[in-house]
Amino acid sequence: MLGHISVTISSLNIALLAPMAIISFGALAIICIDLFSKNLNKSFYVMLSLLFILLDFTTLIGLHGSSRGFFNVMLVDGISVLSQGIILITSALFIVLALSNKPFMEFKKAEYYALFLFMLVGFQFMVATDNLILIFLGLETASLSLYTLIAMHNRNKAFEAAIKYFTMGALAAGFFAMASLIFYALTGSVELSVISKVLEARNYAPGVAILAGVVFMLTALAFKLSVVPTHTWTPDVYEGSSAPLAGYMSVVPKIAGLVVAIRFFDIFLHADIVWVQNVLIFLAIITMFLANITALVQEDVKRMLAFSSIAHAGFVLTALMIGNTQANSAIFLYWILFMFTNMGAFTMLWMARHRKNLWDSRYQHPFTKFSGLVKVSPMMATIMGIFMFTLAGMPPFSVFWGKLYLISAVVDSGHVWLAVIMVINSAIAVYYYMKLIVYMFLKDPITEDGNIYVANSSTPIKVVVGIALVFTITASIFVEPILGIVTQLMKSSGL
Amino acid sequence: MEHILSIIVFFPLVAVFFGFVISKESIKTFGITVAVVEFLLSIVLWIGFDTSNAGFQFVEYFPLISQFGVSYYLGVDGISLFLVILSTFMTLISLIGLNIKKDIKNLVITILFLEMTLVGVFLSLDMILFYIFWELSLIPMLYIIGAWGSGQRVYAAIKFFLYTFAGSALMLVGILYLGYQYFLATGTWSFSVPDWHLLVLPFNMQLWLFGAFFLAFAVKVPMFPFHTWLPYAHGQAPTIGSVLLAAVMLKMGTYAFIRFSLPLFPDASYYFLYPVATIAIIMVIYAAMVAYAQEDMKQVIAYSSISHMGIIIIGTFAMNAEGLTGAIFLMLSHGIVSGALFMLVGVIYDRRHTKMINEFGGLATVMPRYAAIFGVMMMAAVGLPLTIGFVGEFLSLLGFYRVSWLMTLFAGTGIILGAVYMLVLFKKAFFGKVTKDENAELKDLDKREFTALIPLVALVVILGVYPKPILSTIDMSVKKMINLMEKKALLPSTKEFLIRVNHTGGKK
Repeated sequence: MLGHISVTISSLNIALLAPMAIISFGALAIICIDLFSKNLNKSFYVMLSLLFILLDFTTLIGLHGSSRGFFNVMLVDGISVLSQGIILITSALFIVLALSNKPFMEFKKAEYYALFLFMLVGFQFMVATDNLILIFLGLETASLSLYTLIAMHNRNKAFEAAIKYFTMGALAAGFFAMASLIFYALTGSVELSVISKVLEARNYAPGVAILAGVVFMLTALAFKLSVVPTHTWTPDVYEGSSAPLAGYMSVVPKIAGLVVAIRFFDIFLHADIVWVQNVLIFLAIITMFLANITALVQEDVKRMLAFSSIAHAGFVLTALMIGNTQANSAIFLYWILFMFTNMGAFTMLWMARHRKNLWDSRYQHPFTKFSGLVKVSPMMATIMGIFMFTLAGMPPFSVFWGKLYLISAVVDSGHVWLAVIMVINSAIAVYYYMKLIVYMFLKDPITEDGNIYVANSSTPIKVVVGIALVFTITASIFVEPILGIVTQLMKSSGL
Repeated sequence: MEHILSIIVFFPLVAVFFGFVISKESIKTFGITVAVVEFLLSIVLWIGFDTSNAGFQFVEYFPLISQFGVSYYLGVDGISLFLVILSTFMTLISLIGLNIKKDIKNLVITILFLEMTLVGVFLSLDMILFYIFWELSLIPMLYIIGAWGSGQRVYAAIKFFLYTFAGSALMLVGILYLGYQYFLATGTWSFSVPDWHLLVLPFNMQLWLFGAFFLAFAVKVPMFPFHTWLPYAHGQAPTIGSVLLAAVMLKMGTYAFIRFSLPLFPDASYYFLYPVATIAIIMVIYAAMVAYAQEDMKQVIAYSSISHMGIIIIGTFAMNAEGLTGAIFLMLSHGIVSGALFMLVGVIYDRRHTKMINEFGGLATVMPRYAAIFGVMMMAAVGLPLTIGFVGEFLSLLGFYRVSWLMTLFAGTGIILGAVYMLVLFKKAFFGKVTKDENAELKDLDKREFTALIPLVALVVILGVYPKPILSTIDMSVKKMINLMEKKALLPSTKEFLIRVNHTGGKK
């Protein structure tokens, strides 16, 4: 029999739930509005979603300090606030891209926006707890919405992508459930903080069970982070989804996964369990190398960017293994900087979206499509060139500073050899980014008609590109404040 | 004069943004005007430069990322002053000589952007800032070679880019590692070079770091065996690209050796002295022999560049005032001479659309003025006394003589070989009878080409006869740097060596 439980409202700490509640309300509101009034323009839904995201964001920045609520299920600490912030900013940029010039079926449907907001709720819950069950719920809510969003693009490739992602995601969910089960069986709790204490008290025995649990969890997270060898879905899914969604997927689910990974592996890294560290290093290295080398031979820009995003994930994975404040701050600094540039690059592809595959029967954005772009549309070529050089880590653009701080964290932890591997990888990576630049700047144009490259562009899309571009170029100024905030939040969450 | 260094660095960048608005017909004049202003600014810098102060002058500093120690830190001393002037001067000359019509707007904008990065490299005193400019300079050159080059231009451009980018990857780790060492030693982060100069590093660490930096600089110089990108790049690059590449960009590597490798890692520099000198001698002799075998005029000059860069390395690693001052002076003279030679080849290429030596012959009778200027430049390249080329080469070798007479002897043969290939080239192309009908009607230099080349000829002679004002300014900062090396040297053998090469043999 359960004893008497006294619950006071203040102990529930309802404020922690406010951001998710607002978004959920928004999603439900959109569904209700759709019931009463059909034929609303997509701009209405976009702006309504944007409003809810902004509202969410403002309540979010009101939260500070580590606080728990709802019987310790919710945990809103620095890392959680930060990752929710990243998720919301990315979402705000993403949803605006629906206002494209060309009509797309999915954007006309209210469900699209409702699902999108539900996905946000899922991701926010995923990072705002250390309870494995709630993480699982968040993960599944977000993933199921995401699969549907992909499929709503309504192309054969999109269906393929959605099903592929779904199958892989289901597998990952299974692994996650297995891992939770093992840790529950071992410690009698599904809260990471309790698990950590119990394991520590028991001196991390029995080893076999922990090994099994870590392996299951690692595999589950690896699917979400698209770490080699569980990365195979990534290029196909990105290719099948619309460009903005692909850009979104390379940022948001990964940051959510990274937060869970940071929380989870912190248990083992604090205890200096060497094999966990070694496994992470190994995964990071093969992820970087395989993704970079595979990216070299891609013929489609979107697929190239897919592999590039895998490589970037491998890059930050190196910092995950270090697990101190500098490394964790580096992860977030890197991801914030990467987010803007990456969204910018995918948005450029979105602008160049055309109904037919004009240049290649197989690919939507083959490299040849961009031949001689500088002569047809110099502005667009220059912007795309800057994004490419930035992704390659050329100074002084945004990602360079993230790379700098990340490698510095690796060097400071005494893994100089790993830092060398990282820079070798960035030297490999520069080749495939440069390939697009070579096509754009050094080859002769294949068409005189510049409109093809901006067929899908509209003022809101240009604004998004502008924001990403300004941030990318002037990142040198923003790095100082961002790093300050990130470091402070990391310290406050004790990571 | 408060912010003159920032003005010099960012004036071309601002001009780049304005350049986008200017129409195609006027862009060349705009480019020349900007380059003239920039050149005058660098002359103003020289005038304002205090020749009795060996330290960094006109220093500008403000923290960029304070908690990570990255700062915006500029300064100039005797070592970098003339390299800055060389950059602005050669940019101006090459813009005057420019006669490309295709996409001229993009080209001029790119050149101005390149000028910004070149000047930035020489003026940065913060390692991260230096790295930023160092990497950024690759982008405009990639575009210049790739878009306006000939033949396998894209391949050459990518090869150039990848070589240099990959080479400097390790340097980045080295920089971050050194920053961390500084953090461990002092408790604060800093990437500023004067701060790092205070850092005394253990010998083993010096060896590794020297290696990491060496690779980046060696690719840029380019040192044997990393030189293979250079002939390709020169072969395909348009004239203006070759001029700026040979005259200024190669100097970034040798400058970095003097600025960073020697004072930061004195013991490692001594430890690696003989291997590096051996590589340099191989460069000198091997490149000279390869140059002799070339049939393409531009390739001859490209390989001769490698050969001369070898002598600069030798002078640098002599680690005494004569050698280092000579090396820096040779950078300047090689900048002027190789720039001029590439322009001269460009002149003939514009007329005949070929650079093959055997296509020519008897040019001296058809184009006397062209032949005369070519002759002067050739003499300077060979290192004839009273030309600019002699001073630097002589001082570099004199400096190294104190280290090892035998190696100096080998390096000296490079000069003889240099005379061989240059004179052979001159003989084949300019003397004898006019064998091809196409050559009989060639026009001599026009006004534009004359304007570009005459200042170079004047400098070759003037600085060849009276190099003292430049040498004394360089010498002062070099001596300060050698003092620093001596103070920082950990091992007794390094100290002994530095004292030996700097003070013995002599009257001091």
